[in-house]
Amino acid sequence: MDSSEAVYQGLKRAKIDFIVSLPCVNLGKILKIIETDEKIIHVPVTREEEGIGICAGAFLGGKKTAILMQNSGLGNCVNALTSLYQLYSLPLVMIMSHRGTKGEPIIGQVPMGIATPKILEAMDLKYFNPKTPEEAIETVANSWNISMSEKRPVSVLLDTSYW
Amino acid sequence: MERFDGIKNVMKHIEDEIIVCNIGFPSRELYEIKDRSKNFYMLGSMGLASSIGLGLAMSKIKEKVIIFDGDGSILMNLGSLITVFNQNPSNFILIIFDNGCYGSTGNQCTYAQNVNLLEVAKSIGFKNSYDYNEIDFKDILKSKQEGPIFIHYKILPGNADSPIIDISPEEIKNRFMKSIK
Repeated sequence: MDSSEAVYQGLKRAKIDFIVSLPCVNLGKILKIIETDEKIIHVPVTREEEGIGICAGAFLGGKKTAILMQNSGLGNCVNALTSLYQLYSLPLVMIMSHRGTKGEPIIGQVPMGIATPKILEAMDLKYFNPKTPEEAIETVANSWNISMSEKRPVSVLLDTSYW
Repeated sequence: MERFDGIKNVMKHIEDEIIVCNIGFPSRELYEIKDRSKNFYMLGSMGLASSIGLGLAMSKIKEKVIIFDGDGSILMNLGSLITVFNQNPSNFILIIFDNGCYGSTGNQCTYAQNVNLLEVAKSIGFKNSYDYNEIDFKDILKSKQEGPIFIHYKILPGNADSPIIDISPEEIKNRFMKSIK
């Protein structure tokens, strides 16, 4: 199965209906598919933290929310993930293209690539790291329910080699 | 006029609208003036009031969403105005209480003292952008809305002696969600 299609199918099975995004070269294909899905509200944002805020409002309004972004954007979200999401016990699915991992051609991606799992751990947030499309579809499909039962965001990190 | 009286003026006209209120003294003052389930009080995440409001407006399209924001906090998240403009929600009203300073941290000046935020909104393209003192807010609030509304409410620095909000974040969330179901 195609790596992008797997993530999309997982999001559909999770019944995600509200997505905010910032692009990554690896997310290009998923973003195109989402844009044509009339059952998903898609909001491109200017910065990741803004998207996290929009998702909080959308959840309060009854939506099942996800953010698609590059892992570099996680650094922009830390305060919102703690002083908004942790404080009010809000769910969210965070699908991240995890750059700076094995096979990464751009050196600038490496520091944040290494920091990413540690930042999630520091916030006590669960993350998954599926290696194949078959694994990814299951992981993403289950992510919303896990996030709801834990009352906190859940991340899916998709390494450079995943795509 | 300080923020407390500004919020009071706006609240005179609020009926069943959703309110998202900025962190710090704005939320404390609103809590004292008129606590209600349909107020979402921010206790953290400075800068995100308009973003939370946009998410609500896009998911609750039959409800009117009013956001109480400040100059310092909108300056932290100016990109939000760009996103709101592009999404063009017709149930979104952003009120910036602009006292030219970071009121909750001791009134340090913001750059809004030298930049007119109303002109910023107009330059982005907001067709419905107003100076609070030049409009009848009630008319704007109750008339049929087309596109997002931006309201600039110039006020003086100063915080009221409002108490700290004594309901838990979980309760703020739960009663809010229940009230807009």
